[in-house]
Amino acid sequence: MPYTTILFYVLAFIIVASAVLVVFNKNVIHSAFALFFTLFAVSGIYVLLRADFIAITQIMVYVGGILILLIFGVMLTTKITDVELKTKNLNVVPSVIFSLGIVIILIFVILSTKWNIRMAPESEETVSQIGKALLTTYLLPFEIASVVLLVALIGSAMFARKIKD
Amino acid sequence: MGNILTQWLGDNLLTFILIPVPVLVWVLIFALYAVLGERKVSAWMQNRIGPNRTDKYGLLQTMLDVVKLIQKELIIPNRADRVYFRIAPYIVFTATFMGFAVLPFSSVFIGVDLNLGLFYFFAITSLSVIGVLMAGWSSNNKSSLFGGMRTVAQIVSYEIPTALSAIVVVMLAGTLSMQRFAEIQSGGILNWYIFGGPGSLIKFILIPVMVVSALILFISTLAETNRTPFDLTEADSELVAGVHIEYSGMMFAMFFLAEYAQMFAVSGIITTLFLGGWQSPFGDLIPFLNSPVFQVFWFLAKSLFLVFVQMWLRWTLPRVRIDQLMTMCWKFLIPITLVDLFLVAVYMILT
Repeated sequence: MPYTTILFYVLAFIIVASAVLVVFNKNVIHSAFALFFTLFAVSGIYVLLRADFIAITQIMVYVGGILILLIFGVMLTTKITDVELKTKNLNVVPSVIFSLGIVIILIFVILSTKWNIRMAPESEETVSQIGKALLTTYLLPFEIASVVLLVALIGSAMFARKIKD
Repeated sequence: MGNILTQWLGDNLLTFILIPVPVLVWVLIFALYAVLGERKVSAWMQNRIGPNRTDKYGLLQTMLDVVKLIQKELIIPNRADRVYFRIAPYIVFTATFMGFAVLPFSSVFIGVDLNLGLFYFFAITSLSVIGVLMAGWSSNNKSSLFGGMRTVAQIVSYEIPTALSAIVVVMLAGTLSMQRFAEIQSGGILNWYIFGGPGSLIKFILIPVMVVSALILFISTLAETNRTPFDLTEADSELVAGVHIEYSGMMFAMFFLAEYAQMFAVSGIITTLFLGGWQSPFGDLIPFLNSPVFQVFWFLAKSLFLVFVQMWLRWTLPRVRIDQLMTMCWKFLIPITLVDLFLVAVYMILT
């Protein structure tokens, strides 16, 4: 077995195990820290898929940005020294039925799809290709996304200021 | 391949395990002597002698300190979160050490020459933030938690000027690979990016822009490593020692090791981007001085000089306040780097 395959199974195990921890932990901060391992292992999967830019962006955006915001949010919304925030399980029966249904659909889709397996081509300059695509083919979506982000920034700054008076 | 070990030993798993070993050994030796160096530098600046008991010049001082730290009991507070308290120091050090994978020590030795080297470095070193947050929260101590949150706020803010001032060089070089940055700046000291990089004589008009960018990169990486004057995270008059409060023995030593490793890592990044990386300052005039072994010497010499400047500043400047820190980042450093970026873009269009 080539060691990339072993790596894949190790990463997959980490993802599943830490995701289970995220869901079943009663303590919100523990869930957030477990999410760190999930997101980090997902970027490892991207590396195995030879999507190096996406792998690093995953770390930069999800681990370095969103996860930290999340932990900050949890810490600032509760009493700082003793975190009392706990999660509860509500509506156990309907949620189990619903998620089992989704699992069955997903397994059916995976089994009925015909997978074309081939080696991903080793791309030398992923960044320049992505940059060119963003500024030519996908220029309009790119600009719209940046405008939306700018509006969100201005909006959040406005909300933050309003508290003063 | 960018690494001589893969040429010698082949492209197999053993090689990949062996490549980090010399880097790790260097980091450990560096940390041992940088701690001593820091104490000596501080002593000289304050007209003292510094550690001189363990050897003629105190050379064994930090080694004995490590022996002392190993002997110490690992004390875990009763109400601390045991699991995350234990793993936090290791996450901080691992994240810092992962950054060393893209530092080009020589033209034949780099951990891995990624196409995205610089981007990888900035992403992976920001992981240490999670470790700091874990340490701060799991200690179950007010000052630890505030220290951790201050660290994170500071690092997240200063990532922006760091990345923007590095992009100035990325634009001129047209690459993100650390090995390429060093290769491009061949041909002597005047072709380093702090002097505008390689090119015709007109590049010298870039010198003010590049010097400002290099200074901003230095300032903001100083803030990211939490060194004085930006060491608010362990401001002893307010927070006792920040996230380090509850840590003892080797777990504290891991935080210390991570701090010194990061000092060297960011110095290596500045060296590679602005000071020619492993290039000899004499260029090709003396080819012997540009041989692979000497390249290691140049890289380490330049980086160690920057580490010395960091220590120098630590013992010269007083600590800033938290609002001054944020004002400096958002109102001065970021606008100045944006102007720098604009000027370089105009230069690139015109030439």
